[in-house]
Amino acid sequence: MNMIVRIILYIVLAPIVGGLLEGIDRKISARMQRRVGPPILQPFYDVKKLFKKQVIIVSRSQTFALIPYLFLMILTGSMFFAGMDILMCFFVMSTAATALYFAAMVTSSPYATIGANRELIQMMSYEPAVLLTCVGFYLAEGTFNVSEIAASGRTDLLFMPGFFVAFVFILTIKMRKSPFDTSTSHHAHQELVKGLTTEMGARNLAIFQVTEWYETVFLMGVVGLYLINSNPMSIIGAIICILVVYFLEILIDNSSARMKWEDMLRITWIFTLFTAGVNLLVLMLIRL
Amino acid sequence: MANVKRSPWLLHYDGSSCNGCDIEVLASLTPVYDAERFGVINTGDPMQADIFLITGGVNTQNAKTVKQLYDQMPRPKVVVAVGVCACTGGVFKDCYNILGGADTVIPVDIYVPGCAARPQAIIDGIVQAVELFEKRSKEHDEKVRSQKKGSEVA
Amino acid sequence: MTIIPFLILFPFIVAVLMYCIRVNKVRNAIAYISAVIVMCGTFWLVAQWLLGGAKPVTISYSTALADHAIFAAEIALMCVVTILSFKYKKYWISALCIFRTLMIMYVELYAPVKEDIAKIYVDHLSILLCLIAGIIGALIVIYAVGYMHGYHHHHTGIEDRRYYFFMLLFLFLGAMFGFVLSESLLWIDFFWELTSVCSFLLIGYTRETAAINNSFRALWMNLLGGTALAIGIFYYAYKDGDLALHHLVAQGVLHDKYAIIPVALIAFAALTKAAQLPFSTWLIGAMVAPTPSSALLHSATMVKAGIYVLFRLAPAMMGTTTGTMIAFVGGFTFFVTSVMAIAQSDGKKVLAFSTISNLGLMVACAGMGRPETIWAGVFLMIFHAISKSLLFQDVGATENCLHSRDIEDMHGLLYILPRLAMFMFIGIAGMFLAPFGMLIAKWSAFRASVDSGNIIMVFFIAFGSATTSFYWTKWMGKLVSHTHLTEQKIKDITKKNEVISLSIHAVLMVALCALFPLLSRIYVDPLLDEMYGTAGTVLPQSILYLLVVIILFIFIVPFLAYRYSRKQHYNRKLSYMNGVNVGDNKNFVDSFGEEKNLWLSNYYFYKFIGQRKLMVPAQMFTLAVLIIMMIMVIGGAVA
Repeated sequence: MNMIVRIILYIVLAPIVGGLLEGIDRKISARMQRRVGPPILQPFYDVKKLFKKQVIIVSRSQTFALIPYLFLMILTGSMFFAGMDILMCFFVMSTAATALYFAAMVTSSPYATIGANRELIQMMSYEPAVLLTCVGFYLAEGTFNVSEIAASGRTDLLFMPGFFVAFVFILTIKMRKSPFDTSTSHHAHQELVKGLTTEMGARNLAIFQVTEWYETVFLMGVVGLYLINSNPMSIIGAIICILVVYFLEILIDNSSARMKWEDMLRITWIFTLFTAGVNLLVLMLIRL
Repeated sequence: MANVKRSPWLLHYDGSSCNGCDIEVLASLTPVYDAERFGVINTGDPMQADIFLITGGVNTQNAKTVKQLYDQMPRPKVVVAVGVCACTGGVFKDCYNILGGADTVIPVDIYVPGCAARPQAIIDGIVQAVELFEKRSKEHDEKVRSQKKGSEVA
Repeated sequence: MTIIPFLILFPFIVAVLMYCIRVNKVRNAIAYISAVIVMCGTFWLVAQWLLGGAKPVTISYSTALADHAIFAAEIALMCVVTILSFKYKKYWISALCIFRTLMIMYVELYAPVKEDIAKIYVDHLSILLCLIAGIIGALIVIYAVGYMHGYHHHHTGIEDRRYYFFMLLFLFLGAMFGFVLSESLLWIDFFWELTSVCSFLLIGYTRETAAINNSFRALWMNLLGGTALAIGIFYYAYKDGDLALHHLVAQGVLHDKYAIIPVALIAFAALTKAAQLPFSTWLIGAMVAPTPSSALLHSATMVKAGIYVLFRLAPAMMGTTTGTMIAFVGGFTFFVTSVMAIAQSDGKKVLAFSTISNLGLMVACAGMGRPETIWAGVFLMIFHAISKSLLFQDVGATENCLHSRDIEDMHGLLYILPRLAMFMFIGIAGMFLAPFGMLIAKWSAFRASVDSGNIIMVFFIAFGSATTSFYWTKWMGKLVSHTHLTEQKIKDITKKNEVISLSIHAVLMVALCALFPLLSRIYVDPLLDEMYGTAGTVLPQSILYLLVVIILFIFIVPFLAYRYSRKQHYNRKLSYMNGVNVGDNKNFVDSFGEEKNLWLSNYYFYKFIGQRKLMVPAQMFTLAVLIIMMIMVIGGAVA
């Protein structure tokens, strides 16, 4: 019963929380650039407007691919907050990302295609870190099950700081933040126009935007999982941790320039190998 | 439904101009004037844009392009011509290749004069465009609603 | 179980018929009928075995006749290889072959071996391999009838020797059944050799220079494995006096000192068969062969023979140096070849690299030797067999229509050849997307390698699955893109029998995906019981429920999405090309004011990670690892 409530809460609240987070993000970014910035509810205004506009498409198949993207992402988050297998969550997430890739590829438009290909490179960059994070949880807690990880007495962050750093590192890619926002970005006017989302207008873009919110909440949930333990007070710690990480991402976003994809791939992989690798070795030794 | 006007996204196209207005448009989007506080985003993608900002005149080569960009924007949409060249052709008016202002190829709603147009004037133009955008948005809603009813009856 | 000799011998008889009948129509009809008979025979065997209680069955015939026949056939094989080696001036290959055959013959004639060794062994694992060989093999034969017709239609420069081609296919099927059902190591060795030679002859089918060179490369690499196998058998026969595979495994589990070296040598032989690094190049070269043989031998069945042997040996390898060696080589191959696959744009080459890569994962699973990894390996094997067979056949059929098998030319295939593109889509999805078994198998392999403390494996899988999904996804993306190809109409000339085979594969693929949890319970768990004697399920209940949800989701959501996207009112717009499209999404005005055709391409990075750059270092590295580890194993056992 508890599980169903959590799933419903996720489905209802995630877009709200995700949208608010994005609004805060834009506000803080503006303040970092000494601007006033848009109101915090701005992302909701945008999405509402997008839903009201005339439905335009380049290829009908785009909607066909975007809807699975939305639903698979909801499934990912629901599975996570229902406390199921974390590795499975990430597997479903990569299937969702594949659907997004198709949504960009079906149009056969030059900008969207390059954006999609770069998205694929991004996926390749972050996937090892994501999988190793799961391994980290498994080593620290002996299970992949999210609810068991959350219910245990340990604070996982203490056992897996290396995995945490690697995960925060790839969060920059996942959240489309500079320096790793090669496929598309929240910022105006880049060399790929809007990259991946170039051919998405009106309702399709709104679907994409909402899905990104679901994704953000899921990823932040994973960040929180590092701190949550059987003590209810840890939830406060987790929320603080999430906010700190989110702020860090905004800071990185505003203080760095975009990287070439080759550098992104190389740096991410090497970084993952070192941080997660060393942590993995230590955990294995403890376990043995 | 007042929220629509809180999110006007721009598409900026620079036609046959001296680039003065072009730079002023970008200036009005920089932190100094901070157009984003009105929710303005310079998207650069017609599929996602609501307001088409055009600077510079239209010549034989870019006429098709301007028209195509306009066509790619989803309704409701507003066109703002920024600077004299975009309004009438300006000093280039009598050149062999110039057709005239933006309104020779697409319907222009707001004219922002000036050579070059000042950022304040541009922002003012955008704000007026936003009002118009809201109005058009309502009309669009009505149309969609009546269409839906029509299809249900059919 | 009288069906077993029939199943092994019948394909041989058909092979002779195939060779003798030179009238295409008659031969095709016989090929169809025989394929169906082989399939029915397999089902009959399964039914008999199930009615007998699905227990391991050992059969020993009074087999003097069979032994003599095999003895004669071995000499014949040796002669064939020797003659061909001399004909093409590859003398040393014949030396390898003669050496190993003489050794085996010596064992047969003089070794102090027990007389009453069981010859046939039927259990879950061998039944599984029989099913793969029977069903997929028969389907590929049906496909091949149509394919070869089209093949010779297009490749007019190649002599039409279809009688020879079908003879080899059936010969191979018989050998495969013999191989997986044999218990006696001598029989295993003979059938092993027979599959190698079939593969060699099929690769050289076109008799072009490249084909001949590649076929000899395949031959010597497989013969090297065969020699290791022969030495292993020789050693075991003299030290232990028994030649039953299960006896060897049982002794290996007890760490009997006489079992260590044979296990290591046979595992080494399996590495060559499964085309692991440093022996991967033969499988890539084998892609010059006509597609049905690539599908049957070089991805669906023959290379699985290596995996089969490793699975058999897995309990004996668990926790030993041999196991570590095999797991390392497999994991390394999985990662490196999946990286190399990214740089390939030839469809068949990608399939070849991905085959090696997936075999690498299976080999690694076997090397770790734990029940969970074997569980994962078995599923990898099932799904890989079906989806690779599907993909190979589909690429072949596409090549016949498009006259190209380059992935770049498959841009918008979904709109040009919708039927073939759908099959390809299902096949690729089966290789890595969410609800399909490959992914679950990966999940299990991942967990098991963490459990066994194999850190290197964890990294290989984590990075390897990233690269794997990269090359598959980009291929899929090509298929669904809106076409920018010229307006020329491409006709789908796929023959009906090809479509039948493809459809059955696709249905099997989807059905297995849906029945996956069930399959795990009723088939693979008992298989592990047999191997390890431990009851228990690998797949936790929670994962099972989750899978059902995901599967439902994957089937329902696209359906809803389809309904929705059909229903919505929309306005079609041109795609964005800075406003310079010319009329449609295919042409634009370039900076000189001229019209240009849009051409989109995928990323390949061939300058960074191409085969030329990575293959030799990877081979050197694995070779060094293999030599060092083999010395450690053998030295440890002798000392």
